[in-house]
Amino acid sequence: MLSIRNLSKTFSSAGEPVHVLRGVDLDLKAGERVALTGESGSGKSTLLHLIAGLDAADGGTILLEDTEVTELSDAGRAGLRRDRIGLVFQQFNLIPSLSVADNLAFQARIAGRHDPAWSRELIERLGLGSLLKRYPEQLSGGQQQRVAIGRALATKPSLLLADEPTGNLDEATADDVLALTRDLVARTGCGFLMVTHSLHLAATLDRHLILHAGRIA
Amino acid sequence: MSAERISRRMFAGGIAALALARRAGAQGYAGLGETADGFAKVLPGKAFTFPADHGPHPEFRIEWWYLTANLVDANGAACGLQWTLFRQATQPGPQAEGWANQQVWMGHAAVTRADTHRFNEAFSRGGIGQAGVTTKPFAAWIDDWEMKGSERTGDLTLAPVTLKASGTDFSYSLTLEADRPVVLQGDGGYSRKSERGQASYYYSQPFYRARGTLTVDDKPVDVSGQAWMDREWSSQPLDADQTGWDWFSLHLPGDEKLMLYRLRQKDGRANLLGNWITPDGRSAEIKDARNSLTPLATTDIGGRKIPTSWRVNLPARGLAIETTPLNPRSWMGTGFSYWEGPISFAGSHTGIGYLEMTGY
Amino acid sequence: MRRALWVLAVLLSHWRRHKMQFATLLIGLIAATALWSGVQAINQQARNAYDRAAATFGGVRTAMLVAPDTATFPQELFVRLRRAGWPVSPVLEGRIQVNGHSVRLLGIEPITLPADVGNAPRLGASDLSGFVAPPGQTLVAQETLADLQEQEGAAPPISSGAKLPPLHVLPQLVPDVLVVDIGVAQRLLNKPDQVSRLLIGKPKGKPAPLASIVGDRLQRVEPNAETELERLTDSFHLNLTAFGLLSFFVGLFIVNSAVGLAFEQRLPMLRTLRACGASARLVNTVLVIELVVLALIAGLIGLACGYFIAAALLPDVAASLRGLYGAQIPGQLALRPEWWLAGIGISIAGAIVAAATSLIKAIRMPVLATAQPRAWQQRQRRWLILQSLAACAVFAVALLLLHYGVSLIAGFGVLAALMLGAALILPALLEILLLVGQRTARKPLAQWFWADSRQQLSGLSLALMALLLALAVNVGVSTMVETFSRTFIGWLDGRLAADVYVSASDNAQGVAIRNWLKERSDVQAILSGGRAEAQVEGQPVELLGLPDHALYRERWPLLETAPRAWTQLVPGNAAFISEQLSRRLNVRVGDVIEVPAPGGTWELDIVGIYADYGNPKGQLAVNVAALIRHFPQTPQTRIGLIVAKENIPGLIAALHKQFALDDRSVADQATVKAESIRIFNRTFAVTSALNAFTLGVAGIALLTSLLTLANSRLPQLAPLWAIGITRPRLAAIELTKTLSVALFTSLLAVPLGLLVAWCLIAIVNVKAFGWRLPFHVFPLQLAELVAVALFASLLAALLPVARLARMQPTNLVKVFADER
Repeated sequence: MLSIRNLSKTFSSAGEPVHVLRGVDLDLKAGERVALTGESGSGKSTLLHLIAGLDAADGGTILLEDTEVTELSDAGRAGLRRDRIGLVFQQFNLIPSLSVADNLAFQARIAGRHDPAWSRELIERLGLGSLLKRYPEQLSGGQQQRVAIGRALATKPSLLLADEPTGNLDEATADDVLALTRDLVARTGCGFLMVTHSLHLAATLDRHLILHAGRIA
Repeated sequence: MSAERISRRMFAGGIAALALARRAGAQGYAGLGETADGFAKVLPGKAFTFPADHGPHPEFRIEWWYLTANLVDANGAACGLQWTLFRQATQPGPQAEGWANQQVWMGHAAVTRADTHRFNEAFSRGGIGQAGVTTKPFAAWIDDWEMKGSERTGDLTLAPVTLKASGTDFSYSLTLEADRPVVLQGDGGYSRKSERGQASYYYSQPFYRARGTLTVDDKPVDVSGQAWMDREWSSQPLDADQTGWDWFSLHLPGDEKLMLYRLRQKDGRANLLGNWITPDGRSAEIKDARNSLTPLATTDIGGRKIPTSWRVNLPARGLAIETTPLNPRSWMGTGFSYWEGPISFAGSHTGIGYLEMTGY
Repeated sequence: MRRALWVLAVLLSHWRRHKMQFATLLIGLIAATALWSGVQAINQQARNAYDRAAATFGGVRTAMLVAPDTATFPQELFVRLRRAGWPVSPVLEGRIQVNGHSVRLLGIEPITLPADVGNAPRLGASDLSGFVAPPGQTLVAQETLADLQEQEGAAPPISSGAKLPPLHVLPQLVPDVLVVDIGVAQRLLNKPDQVSRLLIGKPKGKPAPLASIVGDRLQRVEPNAETELERLTDSFHLNLTAFGLLSFFVGLFIVNSAVGLAFEQRLPMLRTLRACGASARLVNTVLVIELVVLALIAGLIGLACGYFIAAALLPDVAASLRGLYGAQIPGQLALRPEWWLAGIGISIAGAIVAAATSLIKAIRMPVLATAQPRAWQQRQRRWLILQSLAACAVFAVALLLLHYGVSLIAGFGVLAALMLGAALILPALLEILLLVGQRTARKPLAQWFWADSRQQLSGLSLALMALLLALAVNVGVSTMVETFSRTFIGWLDGRLAADVYVSASDNAQGVAIRNWLKERSDVQAILSGGRAEAQVEGQPVELLGLPDHALYRERWPLLETAPRAWTQLVPGNAAFISEQLSRRLNVRVGDVIEVPAPGGTWELDIVGIYADYGNPKGQLAVNVAALIRHFPQTPQTRIGLIVAKENIPGLIAALHKQFALDDRSVADQATVKAESIRIFNRTFAVTSALNAFTLGVAGIALLTSLLTLANSRLPQLAPLWAIGITRPRLAAIELTKTLSVALFTSLLAVPLGLLVAWCLIAIVNVKAFGWRLPFHVFPLQLAELVAVALFASLLAALLPVARLARMQPTNLVKVFADER
């Protein structure tokens, strides 16, 4: 479903080129859950950003289902994120001025595929039923991240990308959140790629990849 | 064009429609159908006295001094000019003094060559001296346009007189001489316009010899030729169903003159009337059922179809001619508009004259 | 479309959580639109009125012929000119009284009236014959009809007993004018065969030279593209426009700071939107749409406010214009659709300009936050340097304008450049002040105080600039008004020499009154005056006849005199000249002026210059006997009386009774003075109102800047709190900081304001009115203004500071928790 070949990305920092990714190859099947670890600055987040089309690669290909991500325009990549990818960030990135209910729904609304039944199921499974009228600042970290996961899955994406989703959570909450995520991913049958620092969490997924020196080890 | 100008034209047009009774009628102006209440009536058998009758007759509703000239310039090119002064009384009754005077005056002036036609108009109220006519010595004027006699001017000939007018892009100045007296038109100066009694007093001076200067676009040229003046006054000359005129003044060979006009009616009939004037000044009405006037060709001017070429047949007089305009676009685009320009004719007789057509 | 609406909904949700910010944005836009469009509405109303006045059947928009002594002349000259090919049309003008109301009567001749006479009222075809033919018509504006308390179709009598032709409303006509046929006018004004002037239309050919037809009996007056009224009132309207513009910019300052902050706060939201699949183009488009929608709403509210401001100010404006220039402005506000469109347009344009930097920033925003923002000091320094350079350039422009400019516009240009430059250089000056403070501070808290003030500067500078401008304008305008007020009252004291003023209705009554007065023992002296009109170098000039009396010699205020000026005046070949006229004609004491008079040219030595405040016309003061010799038609109806104070009421009552004179015809000095001062005060009522408005808007700017700033200040304050400074103490420090920068700004505004006042008095007044006033400084007034400004700042600062003082510790703690 996701097939990455020879992906490379270079940043310049203080005038010096930094080769973050140097030919990454990666395959992910539908329904497969993969953890990606690596030391700080190894390019985990960059890889995720490239797959999501948040940034443009310097070389290589990213084939998501039948779409070559690297060949899309900005609008095309936005469409890809909107319709087929769910994104979860370490900072939750909820919209502070929207209520939980609106935060959960807004990506699906922008995508034009708001499904009330699925939405209700998500709310139930994520245990957000009593929090719908609250605003993000009134929630705990774990609650906020559950809202973020709900938002990402509301469109029933083909691929869920999570960048350190539990980085801001304590260990118990992290386990809960990840367990929930695994269940939901299984329920939707989408692919799941999670960047994490935690080897413990990485071990709970189907496969564990390590990014080192710009390549998948 | 501003609304204000339009309105003034309409106002002036109102005056003109009345004043132009000879030429008008076509627009169905209400004044034409009005009875002559309060104004003097035109009756047969008037004894004309000159120079008094050269002057205004304010007790009648309308009156004009109407001069046309067929000229040739130093290069032999034909040209023509028109000088007209109209008077109209807005109300009957004794003449009021100053601004309260009920007379309104209008002047038209034009110059026509084969390649151009220039015209202008002037308006004035009576009572203050901006426009008027006096008899001793003769003077008819509006603003700086004037037809002016002197001590030498004959009471019967109305000659010699000088004539001048100017527009924004033309001007002229002529001296008119005549060796014969004015000629009464119609039946001794009584010109019947319909079976119901509409009529006017009408006389002409068709024997003017003209000489002077004509200036178009600041280029003066010397001109000379013949001129014809019509004098007419009335209170209600047109019948309600008469729509317009086709009017000819023709200089025939041998100093004979022909005045000929056709009054068109709504039902399509047209009365053909006129006078044949011999060189000695005798004037006779032409009355013959066989007389005919036939349009030959039309010119399109601003959507109007104007018959600018004609065939004239007067079998009793042995006259069969076809007329051609010097400039088919001799349109007087004044407040009250009509066609007026010099023509030439050939056939049984050859010569020149003026044609005027209204109501198209 | 639905996608865009959802994005818009998300963007708008920000305002629901930041109501104050939203209010600030709207208030800024509303304030900007309201005053600007209010002022425009007033100006438009006035200009329409001038246009109508100017175009009334060939006003000054048409070339014309007049007699050199401006008297009427025989109609025969009109006929002579017509017969010589001159396309002229006669007009007779005069004043008549209808139902006790004095109005202008204009007699026209519609048939020769030039077709291109401005935007003169149009006569319909049927109207024209109705207008000319008996009984004729009297054309009248709707408002005049109401003033005269008459109905359309009525034929009211005038004071002479003659009847007007039936009244007929012509909507476009100017107020206070009745238009009739010239023949009717000659009859009503009792001027048979007389004409006031001849309008010149388009000539048909090349008419003979004027002199060859009428000699020197008539002279040509060229049309003015700008009417006398427009020229005179220009300064007044420029003044209004300047205020409108000022508050427009102050409003935009507010919008700029509100939008800037809102966009800054919404950047993460925009990123999330993009991450969730809204394309950059969609988000940017919706951002612009949001701004336009807000501008539209605020613009409409602003227009409504503008309408009310205009409607509220219009009576004062109309009174000012009538008092100052004799201009008639209808008191009912009539607005054209263009005004509404322009108002909405300016609101949207203003919003986009004010939000431009924020919008560009949002549009250029990368979806991933990567680049570190540069240190604020570095940015601020660069900005300050750029701004100061711009300020210097603007000051240079001001100097150039001051040196080379001659027009009124140049005068205002100097003012504008001065203020803009001062506003631009303000942050740099404050920065230097604060830096000096920081350097000299010893205690750590004091050092922090100065340093933090410096950091706050960039956020506050726009508001402070607005405050500076508003204050400077306030200082300038109040100084000017106060100066004028004192000069005017002092001048009035000298100028109103007589104790009682009588104005007879005609010469006969004048003689009767004088004879009657001579018999009375309570009248110490009878001073006859007189006024005539003439044209000097194409300008209308008033000739004022002064009696030869000790009272005048002692009290009549002169600015400059030749030796024995009053004695020289008596024989009749010398004159005083009003300051305005002396400037306009560039005439000084010792020069000679030639006045065309009916009996021939009158040569006058100028032996004095006097102030003639408030008179739009140029004036020459001569001996009254000499005036009557040269202008025999001068009405001898003005009489001044010297009367002991206690006898005044009795005398006035007796005059009322004896000659049936009304209050307008007899007045004592106190009444005249009170009336003059009342007119004067109303004249400046508008200025004061606008002044207050502008200061209010600047106060709002300061308040909103502080409010928005307060939210972003928490991270700076939290550490201080953490190291043990109590919240009240923190609040006190904040308040001190705000007040100190406001104080600095206010103190800077004082010299700037005095400079503005000097510009107004020495440049703008001289160019606009033709008089120069002595320059006074009023320290008490200045102190008052500074106090008001500080009070406004205090109010503005109090709200955010109070919030800080009452802030829950958890909020301060949160700063650390959220720190990332």
